[in-house]
Amino acid sequence: MTSLEKYKYDVVVIGAGGAGLRAAVEAREAGLSVAIVCKSLFGKAHTVMAEGGAAASMGNVNDNDNWKVHFRDTMRGGKFLNHYRMAELHAKESPDRIWELEMWGALFDRTKEGKISQRNFGGHEYPRLAHVGDRTGLELIRTMQQRIVALQQIDARENGNAESHIKVFAELTITEILKENGKIAGAYGYWRENGNEVLFEAPAVIIATGGVGKTFKITSNSWEGTGDGHALALKAGANLVDMEFLQFHPTGMVWPPSVRGILVTESVRGEGGILTNSLGERFMFKYIPEVFKSIYADNEEEADRWYLDQDNNRRPPELLPRDEVARAINSEVKAGRGTEHGGVFLDVSKRLSAEVIKKRLPSMWHQFFELAGVDITKEAMEVGPTCHYVMGGVEVEPDTAAAIGVPGLFAAGEVAGGMHGSNRLGGNSLSDLLVFGRRAGMGAVAYVKSNPTATVSEKAITDAAARIEAPFSRAGGENSYSLHAELQEVTHNLVGIIRTGKEVEEAIEKIAAIRARSANVAVAGGRKFNPGFHLAFDLDNMLLVAESTAKSALLREESRGGHTRDDFPGMNSKWRQVNHISSFDGNKVNIKAQPLPSIPKELFDLFDVHELEKYMTPEEIAKGGSN
Amino acid sequence: MTRKINLRIWRGDATDGALKNVEVEANEGEVVLDVIHRVQATQMGDLAVRWNCKAGKCGSCSMEINGKPRLACMTQVASFPEGEEITITPLRAFPVIKDLVTDVSFNYRKAMEIPAYEHPKDLAPGAARMEQVDVERSQEFRKCIECFLCQDVCHVIRDHEENKKSFAGPRFFIRIAELDMHPLDLLKNRKQKAQEEHGLGMCNITKCCTEVCPEHIRITDNAIIPMKERVVDVKYDPIRWLGTKIRKREGIV
Repeated sequence: MTSLEKYKYDVVVIGAGGAGLRAAVEAREAGLSVAIVCKSLFGKAHTVMAEGGAAASMGNVNDNDNWKVHFRDTMRGGKFLNHYRMAELHAKESPDRIWELEMWGALFDRTKEGKISQRNFGGHEYPRLAHVGDRTGLELIRTMQQRIVALQQIDARENGNAESHIKVFAELTITEILKENGKIAGAYGYWRENGNEVLFEAPAVIIATGGVGKTFKITSNSWEGTGDGHALALKAGANLVDMEFLQFHPTGMVWPPSVRGILVTESVRGEGGILTNSLGERFMFKYIPEVFKSIYADNEEEADRWYLDQDNNRRPPELLPRDEVARAINSEVKAGRGTEHGGVFLDVSKRLSAEVIKKRLPSMWHQFFELAGVDITKEAMEVGPTCHYVMGGVEVEPDTAAAIGVPGLFAAGEVAGGMHGSNRLGGNSLSDLLVFGRRAGMGAVAYVKSNPTATVSEKAITDAAARIEAPFSRAGGENSYSLHAELQEVTHNLVGIIRTGKEVEEAIEKIAAIRARSANVAVAGGRKFNPGFHLAFDLDNMLLVAESTAKSALLREESRGGHTRDDFPGMNSKWRQVNHISSFDGNKVNIKAQPLPSIPKELFDLFDVHELEKYMTPEEIAKGGSN
Repeated sequence: MTRKINLRIWRGDATDGALKNVEVEANEGEVVLDVIHRVQATQMGDLAVRWNCKAGKCGSCSMEINGKPRLACMTQVASFPEGEEITITPLRAFPVIKDLVTDVSFNYRKAMEIPAYEHPKDLAPGAARMEQVDVERSQEFRKCIECFLCQDVCHVIRDHEENKKSFAGPRFFIRIAELDMHPLDLLKNRKQKAQEEHGLGMCNITKCCTEVCPEHIRITDNAIIPMKERVVDVKYDPIRWLGTKIRKREGIV
């Protein structure tokens, strides 16, 4: 074994995207010492890919907006499977989090009055997304990164050491979260650059590792989205909630093959882009579900008028929640009305001038021009569904982001579950990162106050080190690249956008078989920046996540949000009362059904009872909320 | 359509290294990063390369392709003539860690030297009012994805390691310009500091940085030259600038 580096911190944050950095800022401002650990360079996290904006009911463009409307939209989008308390906190606190970014130097696009501009997005009743063209995620990550640097500069001035309170450990993989006596004691990992091992002793660990997209074949996620935090949490004894729900973003690029899956922002539709099939039909009018008929236009004339007069017309169906649009595109392509490369057409060139397109959607223009040779100011894009976001994640206590069952462990951002229910609205992710990143920081601060120290035992260190060394000592074993490709085939074909019980059962068997073989993964080459070595650990995480997703998907016999069962096509109010909780017993993932926390009266009363009848059982309606 | 292409990939570490020839398949529409990944998955499992988003948004896969600093994810294989070898090497201005991965910590140290944004303390959350036209100037620079290609190409440091100490580089000149043009930032004299502390004067405007910028930020024209001009003006002719229409009321605009 190489020599072990040891550090002691109050808090270790795993992941340096929006949620991790926001958590780190909160903990640091309370005086704690924080290690930020990330697999990539500082500032490269997947948050950078968010394009459309951050949802917050500031009411800058339409002053009818407020947290209650945002809460309602979020619950509707999630088909009422959301944890009501998370959706409530999110809707209430998002505006403050956006204004806070502005106070740290962020420069959002402006309204005529000079306020932060807000744009329309699928599922949001009013223009609500604070944005910077179509590169809002970059603005968010850079602002947070620069805020961290600003705090380090203060530390440098005040005590001569910029890293006295926050240190960024970039390009470091965490392989294990360590516990002693049932509580968090730290984390173990290795530098990607040289393979040297690192021990963090800390009483609190915040997981902010993002998503799981790399489990699937076609995804908008980068190599980092391997479900590390989901798997680390499971192995540390935490639960995952509702892992069957994955969001397939309706519009990923479909051609050329090398960029298949890369995201085409929903802003294209928010700015007036329309979807057509190969027959030239604007097909979304055929796919408006019953529950949305009152707010979406059923004819082109009204849909087009909405762009000019939103108070007196219903919204165009292109702006339905993402799950609806993704399924519609999937159906069109399956019915043989797809494009040459298996997608549908998305066209914004007929509604906006070239100049306006380049101004409002600059990175989309750039992306299509340079990667596909398509000029979106003149021609339509070809798009199709891509695995984008996991709604499921670590089961947390909403106010503190504390992982249930593991004292000292916290989770925020995409890796946490509950907030988005069965389907996330576009724009609710960036605001989620900020709201719950901050809350995880606050939760850790409160926890560390009563649990100030942590020590990791020698045995835990030896065991963790042995697990890292293992793949090097296996000669002639399995290749992690091939196993990863096999896993992606299984998830794509059998647990993808449309599922059946039989296929999911087959997937569970196949995933178990790949997992058995993965125990024999061998790594060629040394420890120094060796991607084969890195993938061996990522693969293990992805396999656990896939198992959890497949097993949850098999049990849920209905279709809701990001879970569509061909053999159970409708939504069922009985199933709305159930969360699926994944836990890990050391060998396999087990799923149990758990009652969904019922919504309190004051939130229940925010809805028209006739709307709730579409989602809830008569008994629940009669009860009228939990208190 | 699939074709065979020949790559020469630099392999090695800080102590030693050499170009290795490799033949690999390339499919229609693929970028250089795709074929590097194919090499990695089929022939060189331990080939080190940084990448993330694969869409030109994160700035991780910076390298030199046929000697030119580029993002591998935005460089089409088809942009090279058929039959021509493609040479792939790590960024030259930074120390090699392994293969195509370099130690870019220089840039993070420089980021630490630029004083942070200072927000007016009496401005309540949500109370800020800025005109779109005024934020756009800084927004151009905030498009930066920190790929550090501009830093790599800049000959002030590319061939002169000794200049690194006193030269922040184009990426951080646009950071200073961005803060300088920020309608609300309170810190004064950013341009003067750029000149005196961050080596703005060492830039002799060859525009190489602008040429390699994948975000097409007009680094030289919109950030470096305006700052240089105003620093010079204030130094030699302050009266001329006192009379100009300015937004930020400070000694030097």
